[in-house]
Amino acid sequence: MPNRPQPRFPEPNSQPFWEGAKRGELLYQQCNSCNGVVFYPRMLCTHCGSLDLAWKQSKGEGTVYTYSVVRQNRNPAFSDLGAYALAYIDLDEGFRMMSNVIGVADPTKDVSIGQRVKVEFEKQDSGDYPIPVFRPV
Amino acid sequence: MANQARDAAIVGIHEYPLRVAPGRSAMQIKAESISKALEDSGLKYSDVDAIYDTNEGEGGGGLGMSHYLGLKPTVIDTTAVGGSSYEFQTAHALRDIRAGKANVAILSYGSVAASNRTPIGTGGGTGAGAPNWQGNMEDSFGQTLIANYAMVAHRHMHQYGTTSADLAEISVSTRLHATRNPDAVRAMQDLQFMGTGEISVQDVLDSRVIADPLHLLECCMVSDGGGALVIASAAAARGAKKKPVWILGTGEATKYRENGGDITVSAGAQSAPIAFGEAGVKPEELDLAMIYDSFTITVATILEDLGFCKKGEYKDFAKGNRFRFDSALKPALNTDGGGLSSNHPGMRGLFLLLESVRQLRGESSSQIANAQLAIAHGNGGFLGGNHTGGSVILARD
Repeated sequence: MPNRPQPRFPEPNSQPFWEGAKRGELLYQQCNSCNGVVFYPRMLCTHCGSLDLAWKQSKGEGTVYTYSVVRQNRNPAFSDLGAYALAYIDLDEGFRMMSNVIGVADPTKDVSIGQRVKVEFEKQDSGDYPIPVFRPV
Repeated sequence: MANQARDAAIVGIHEYPLRVAPGRSAMQIKAESISKALEDSGLKYSDVDAIYDTNEGEGGGGLGMSHYLGLKPTVIDTTAVGGSSYEFQTAHALRDIRAGKANVAILSYGSVAASNRTPIGTGGGTGAGAPNWQGNMEDSFGQTLIANYAMVAHRHMHQYGTTSADLAEISVSTRLHATRNPDAVRAMQDLQFMGTGEISVQDVLDSRVIADPLHLLECCMVSDGGGALVIASAAAARGAKKKPVWILGTGEATKYRENGGDITVSAGAQSAPIAFGEAGVKPEELDLAMIYDSFTITVATILEDLGFCKKGEYKDFAKGNRFRFDSALKPALNTDGGGLSSNHPGMRGLFLLLESVRQLRGESSSQIANAQLAIAHGNGGFLGGNHTGGSVILARD
């Protein structure tokens, strides 16, 4: 199994997101006052300042906004991945997250901007939290 | 018409000449640079009443620098916003001098990133250290600093048709300038560059890809180094040895990953209009653009954001060798050899100001004929994520 860095706790902003990941759910926040979508998880609404945020579950489908194929990373946690695609994914609910596009034969050729992708939760040797990554659909 | 206010000026500079400085500490590089910048200014050590410091390395911020220097300044500013910190600090020094709170200010930088083998570009979130709300959303995905900038490059190419060959123009002209700067040539030798001569667009495209679409020759070096500058009030500047270089206008801004945001627009799009507005000049009037060249894409994006051309039009703007110091087209770009080929110990913002001053004094190794106006624009942090933009417009006396 992959051996990526795990999230570190206590970190109360992101803990619900990662508990969701354990259940196979991709979570984001939405403001009950202005309906604004908030991501990364935090304490207040970045649109109106309200403290009244609700957790929502994403369908996990989106498009690749941009990407880069990493050929060199000094961090040993990624050394056995080979070249891998780092990406910003625009989820259909309106939030942008950093992730990886996986499951392609050659990431330098098989990943593209605008590509449709779907989340999956990749189990890790490094700990209990699976990491949300995206596979082309 | 340019702002006629002449409230504060850069009156002393020093760039630490070595890019590999074994046996030196960051603090020693800072202190030596401060001493020599004050010597360059002709002002006295005891005249210093304001210290601006980024708290980099072992610096200790405004307090730690005061202690090391044995000074008791009455303005202490520890603005640390990455590589653009020095543009921010210059803005604050202008503000503090205008307010009558400061008279002679010093800014300094020191780093031994090369000697420490710090993996600035190919390092990334380690997943170690204290829990962090942002790190928890990024560290699992293997983002290196280069890959973050590369994501901006891919999107820029997608939206505007920019190519790697277009971006390579920046590497080519910057290397030309480096070959004319003895300190840059020694830097490339000491850091064991494969070659230290001029390069072509094809050389850039033939160099290996580090993070698609960025090639090795589109990436800055990792060096040791540092420097310092002295900023003085108009009254204090009258006692300086050399002609002052006036600070006409400044701007500060932040940018970060946003839902639905345009990653091809940097914080410079917010900071530059403020600086140009205050200075009362237009981008096309500038002789020199000193833009933080962490990577080629940084410069391309920021040239657009500063208003030298419209967003997406970099690829046309870059044609005709316009960035060379001897080009008939303005502006010349990074005439010291840049972070790509002269000096990048991690936070390049100070060097943007130093070379701007050299040009406006007529002291550059790639001197622009009759240089009157320059912009130093620093970009701190991650261009495709959290970053700051600091713009400083400078004028010859």
